[in-house]
Amino acid sequence: MGTLLTPAFGTIFWATLSFLLVLFILRKLAWGPILKALHDREESIREALRSADKAREEMANLNSDNDRLLQEARAARDAMLKESRDLASTVVSDAKAKAKEEASKEVEIAREAIQVERKAAIAELKAEVAKLSIDIAERLLREELTDSGKQKTLVDKLIAESTLK
Amino acid sequence: MITEFAKQFVFTALILLGGLNFVAAQTDGHEEVNHNNHSNHDVQDTSHNSQDDGEHKEFVAKDFIIPHIADANEIHFFGDHHSGFSAPLPMIFYVEGKGFDLFMSSKFHSEDGSHDEHAVLTAVGPNTGTVYIKNPETGISSTKGESFYDISITKSVFGMMFIMALLVITLRSMARSYSKYPGQAPKGLTNVLEPLVLFVRDDIAVPIIGKYKADKFLPFLLTTFFFIVASNLLGLIPFIGGFNITGTVGVTIVLAFVVFFITTVNGNKNYWGHLFWPPGVPNLVKILVVPIEVFGMFLKPTVLMIRLTANMTAGHIIILSFVSLVFIFNQNYGAVAGFGMGIFSTLFMIFMYFLELLVAFLQAYVFTLLAAIYFADATQEAHH
Repeated sequence: MGTLLTPAFGTIFWATLSFLLVLFILRKLAWGPILKALHDREESIREALRSADKAREEMANLNSDNDRLLQEARAARDAMLKESRDLASTVVSDAKAKAKEEASKEVEIAREAIQVERKAAIAELKAEVAKLSIDIAERLLREELTDSGKQKTLVDKLIAESTLK
Repeated sequence: MITEFAKQFVFTALILLGGLNFVAAQTDGHEEVNHNNHSNHDVQDTSHNSQDDGEHKEFVAKDFIIPHIADANEIHFFGDHHSGFSAPLPMIFYVEGKGFDLFMSSKFHSEDGSHDEHAVLTAVGPNTGTVYIKNPETGISSTKGESFYDISITKSVFGMMFIMALLVITLRSMARSYSKYPGQAPKGLTNVLEPLVLFVRDDIAVPIIGKYKADKFLPFLLTTFFFIVASNLLGLIPFIGGFNITGTVGVTIVLAFVVFFITTVNGNKNYWGHLFWPPGVPNLVKILVVPIEVFGMFLKPTVLMIRLTANMTAGHIIILSFVSLVFIFNQNYGAVAGFGMGIFSTLFMIFMYFLELLVAFLQAYVFTLLAAIYFADATQEAHH
């Protein structure tokens, strides 16, 4: 039991020697680089996360910008459409009104012309009828002089001839 | 189906293992007994005679357990102590005024050629001619009373050197892998060890000592943690000689002393002030408190040493005790009892092995944690 609890000189000697030596070696060759590498990696991860956050924020900004632009464009398009629709309808109604007016004017003119023509025709007809009557009267008068029978047939014949066409 | 099969398999395995234990107990126990009969040392025989039932078989648990956990001059793999299979280790002696002696431990032999484990062995130093006597009870002495220093590579020293070499190689390759793949995710061995490094740094050193002061103490804390974990785990591997490095006082006393040294060297004004002139304590009470504080300064690392040694040794003793139970039951209550005990012991040893795995990490954690707390005490700034 004694050997279990008493520290042996040789064990202490070698343990001190090897522990201190290994502590020194590991500190120089292992722990230094390992801890530095871990620290560097953590830094780079932190940095990466930070820049990712930043990028995400920018992206969100960009998205809201896009939305706004889209909204504006849509509104502008709607306004434009409405405007053109209005314009078109006024143009059509204007044209319609104008056409109507034009048409009625034409009709008026035509009616006046017809009136004039008719008056002229009537006047001419009157003149013709007068001339014809005079003609008939003249021939009648000439025939009358020869035969009274013949006079009658002549008159009938003249009347038949002078049928107004 | 599969669970059924697994249950059957485990049951069969238990019976087989128990049987194996039992057979080992029978053969080993027999040899032990024979040697005991040959030997003139009646070590604790009286206490076992009452159980002996007059049979010639006799098993002394202490003689079985202690050599397994004590430091030794050879790595004993299996079989009986001197006739079994063991690897010799170098013996190194420095005799005052005469110089060094260097020879292998296999040179030790008994005078009468017996292979008894209690026999006194002698060896002659090749350089100084000193005759070394190795008594299993009292240790090594010289015949003519020359004073010498025994700096032999014992089993624990050898194990410690092996662990240290392993640590240097592994951790160096880990450091290389970081410079080889900078900023990349760790892989392979680095992936296994990195959580431990981060654990010591982020869960022990930084929260206790503080972010900026921790850097100074991290190499020691990490080295200690890894050394203790590796040593504890090496001690759990059977058939390689049963290393009990962290259960050897000579090793833990060095760790404790380094903790003490670092604490003392790094002690700031605040630390020494609290030690020798505690603020806010009446002068009369100071007379009482200061000696206690100064005593505590030495006591803290001593407790570290004892806790680690005792925990690791106790775990080994428990496991070996359950092996011993098989021997004892077989010897005192017959083969059936031995067989039954074999099954029970195996079950319990499986449980103990898991517990010991936990303890291996736990003790390393506790040691490192307390060392960190002592360092933090020493470097703490005044906060009143």
